[in-house]
Amino acid sequence: MDELTSVYIQESREQLAEMEAGLLRLEQEPDDADNINAIFRAAHTIKGGSGVVECHFIEAFTHGVENLLDVLRNGKLAVSGALATLLLECCDHMGRLVDVLAAQSPEPDADLAARGDALSERVRANLAGEAGQASLALVDSDDEVESPGGGVVTTDSWHISVRFGRNLLRGGMDSLSFIRYLASLGEIIGIETIADAIPAAEEMDPESCYLGFEIRLQTKASKADIEKVFDFVRDECELRILPPHSKVADYLQLIKELPEDSMRLGEMLVRCGALTQAEVDHGLLAQNVLAASADAAEPLAPLGEILIGNKVVHKEIVDAAVAKQAQVGDKKARDSQLVRVHADKLDQLIDLVGELVIAGASANMLAIKSRQSELVETTSVLSRLVESIRDSALQLRMVQIGDTFTRFNRVVRDVSKDLGKEIELVISGAETELDKTVVEKIGDPLMHLVRNSLDHGIEPAALRLARGKPACGRVSLNAYHDSGIIVIEVADDGGGLNRDKIRAKAIERELIGAGDTLSDKEINNLIFEPGFSTVDKVSNLSGRGVGMDVVRRNILGLRGTVEVASSEGQGATFTIRLPLTLAIIDGFLVGVGKSSYVIPLDSVVECIEHKNLSGDRDFLNLRGEALPFVRLRELFESEGHAPARESIVVVQFAGRRAGIVVDQLMGEFQTVIKPLGRMFANLRGIGGSTILGSGEVALILDVAALVNIVTRSEEARLLPNRHAPASTALASNLSAVQSGR
Amino acid sequence: MTRSHKLTLSDDLTIYHAVEQKKTLLAGLAAAGDLKLDLAQVSEIDTAGLQLLILLKKEARAAGKRVSIVAHSKAVRSAIEFCNLAAELGDPLVDPAADAA
Repeated sequence: MDELTSVYIQESREQLAEMEAGLLRLEQEPDDADNINAIFRAAHTIKGGSGVVECHFIEAFTHGVENLLDVLRNGKLAVSGALATLLLECCDHMGRLVDVLAAQSPEPDADLAARGDALSERVRANLAGEAGQASLALVDSDDEVESPGGGVVTTDSWHISVRFGRNLLRGGMDSLSFIRYLASLGEIIGIETIADAIPAAEEMDPESCYLGFEIRLQTKASKADIEKVFDFVRDECELRILPPHSKVADYLQLIKELPEDSMRLGEMLVRCGALTQAEVDHGLLAQNVLAASADAAEPLAPLGEILIGNKVVHKEIVDAAVAKQAQVGDKKARDSQLVRVHADKLDQLIDLVGELVIAGASANMLAIKSRQSELVETTSVLSRLVESIRDSALQLRMVQIGDTFTRFNRVVRDVSKDLGKEIELVISGAETELDKTVVEKIGDPLMHLVRNSLDHGIEPAALRLARGKPACGRVSLNAYHDSGIIVIEVADDGGGLNRDKIRAKAIERELIGAGDTLSDKEINNLIFEPGFSTVDKVSNLSGRGVGMDVVRRNILGLRGTVEVASSEGQGATFTIRLPLTLAIIDGFLVGVGKSSYVIPLDSVVECIEHKNLSGDRDFLNLRGEALPFVRLRELFESEGHAPARESIVVVQFAGRRAGIVVDQLMGEFQTVIKPLGRMFANLRGIGGSTILGSGEVALILDVAALVNIVTRSEEARLLPNRHAPASTALASNLSAVQSGR
Repeated sequence: MTRSHKLTLSDDLTIYHAVEQKKTLLAGLAAAGDLKLDLAQVSEIDTAGLQLLILLKKEARAAGKRVSIVAHSKAVRSAIEFCNLAAELGDPLVDPAADAA
């Protein structure tokens, strides 16, 4: 694929995402003209690009969509739910066409083509409907006095109208240089110098600036770029910019706003090519007629007052528009500060930084061994720098989770329509950052969870009302950082989990015994077991019983955990906890016998001395709280005997604490996580491996799993009548750990 | 009042000289019914300079007099062309005599 096409594909996907977001907003705010314009621009850009890369099937389809958007934009067609749905479908179809292009197929297959034709047909039907509506609408008087001309001006250049402030020249600036700079953005195809403001000779101060310009500029630059030209004199000049294809009405408004005489300005605009004479005549005439009729209708109000009134209203609109433009400008400015980098390059950089960290650790160790203080000093500076490089390199891969979250707006909209429920999506914590690879992989599990909440969580409106809840259901997505991990929550205010049903199902499926006692939490989390679904009716959304265990498997694959909390009738919350990064972490090195282990530093709470603990109990009293602990020596069946003094590292995960008993503490260690081979994929308690400065391998402890093992085995001992799969799983894992070492 | 008078500006038509040039130009206009401006030696012109030329034209029109620019320097010509003021200032930009000189 040539570069042009791949750039086009990438850009189209971005435009489609914007278009989709715009269309979703369209339903909520059908009158937001800026939004409709943005949607139109997105479609227009995609169409334009398709012509350049000679992809005619995209061009043909998008053309129809663009036409429809155009009538929408001109207010000839009202936004309706059906129309928005159609446009969203078109947007999806365009996405599929782009996929076809990306797959380098010459044209879409028959199935897709048929669907495209069907959509095009519906688009045309809507356009035809608009034509009928328009002829009816002719009778309606246009209630917007200020925009009598609805037509689009035929020229395709930007129109820039600028009046410089009096003090410009005294400020050491020259208006001509701005115009010259403007010319560097594109081609000035017409310019008129407006000197009407020059007063009579006596009053004219030669050091004041009286000039203004009407400029036609053909350029590919954005409005923000054009505004930037005048940045220096933003306060010193009146700047008005009309984009290509602006309405005649917009020009008329421009004329009205400018200080000069309307007729004279109209003439000016004609001369610099912005408008044709006919457009001006027609427009001004229409405006006069309308103003006159308004005058007639309200004989008490003189014409001037009406005009002033109009102007005031208009000023607010302008202010709103200016605020909006500033936002767009800001975003553009931010975008221009970004550099696109291929993800592979970034991964390579992270790999190299990983190697650097290992090599640095080894150099550091040798330096300490050599006992040369200067060498030690140098290497410590070096390792500090390496640490900074590591942090910045990892920061490069951090992306905000917001984009992943906003995708769900569409999912919620579509699914709630399918299900006939009214559901709103509330997003918070969208600016939370996490590793790009994690973000990519979390999408599918999140999708499952959200759909599950929509389908099973939120009850039908009637039931909700009966339960005293608002008819509109609510699903919320939230993300935040918590001691080195990121927490993502999917919550709904629906019916919650039915524990009795889950329990019955679990017994039926022989996941638990009929006599087992389980905590509420354990029952809730049974839904993550393979082949578990309590819904009797299988819908096409979820409920096939393949969802939740896949979700859990995916999340475990990211070294994360997922659990569910629920209160019946109030709703359920799924909580996903994920490590911030998959590559390098700050570790805490501990030793047992001859081997070393790394505990992620973020999860370490404190270290305490281990003094003559009784051998049969696996918990101790830590400042009044029972702290269960696990002896690594026993867990991993290490050789040798425990030294007289052991230490306990207190770790925390998901609000639960546990102690890990080790022989010695060896301090902080930058840990480059190396994955374990597939053979050890089912190993619990070990999260990966790393290479020490000495070249030895150390295993990284999976704190989440360890805490689970510890707390569960302690509970199991206290409640012997319980079904506790954890301990058996652990036993079988231990031998694997040993053989793996 | 049909005396023709030729005024030659040698300084740059810029903000730095704008105040004095305004006086010079208006005085020139007052003294003559048909003022000819020689701008061949003006090596720089800015907004202030352009304004003065426009002002002069306006004043002349108001008083029923004529002002014509008979010689342009390159800078003046390009500025007038750039601002599309050739029609406004109403003089042939390419003066055969000046070009020949």
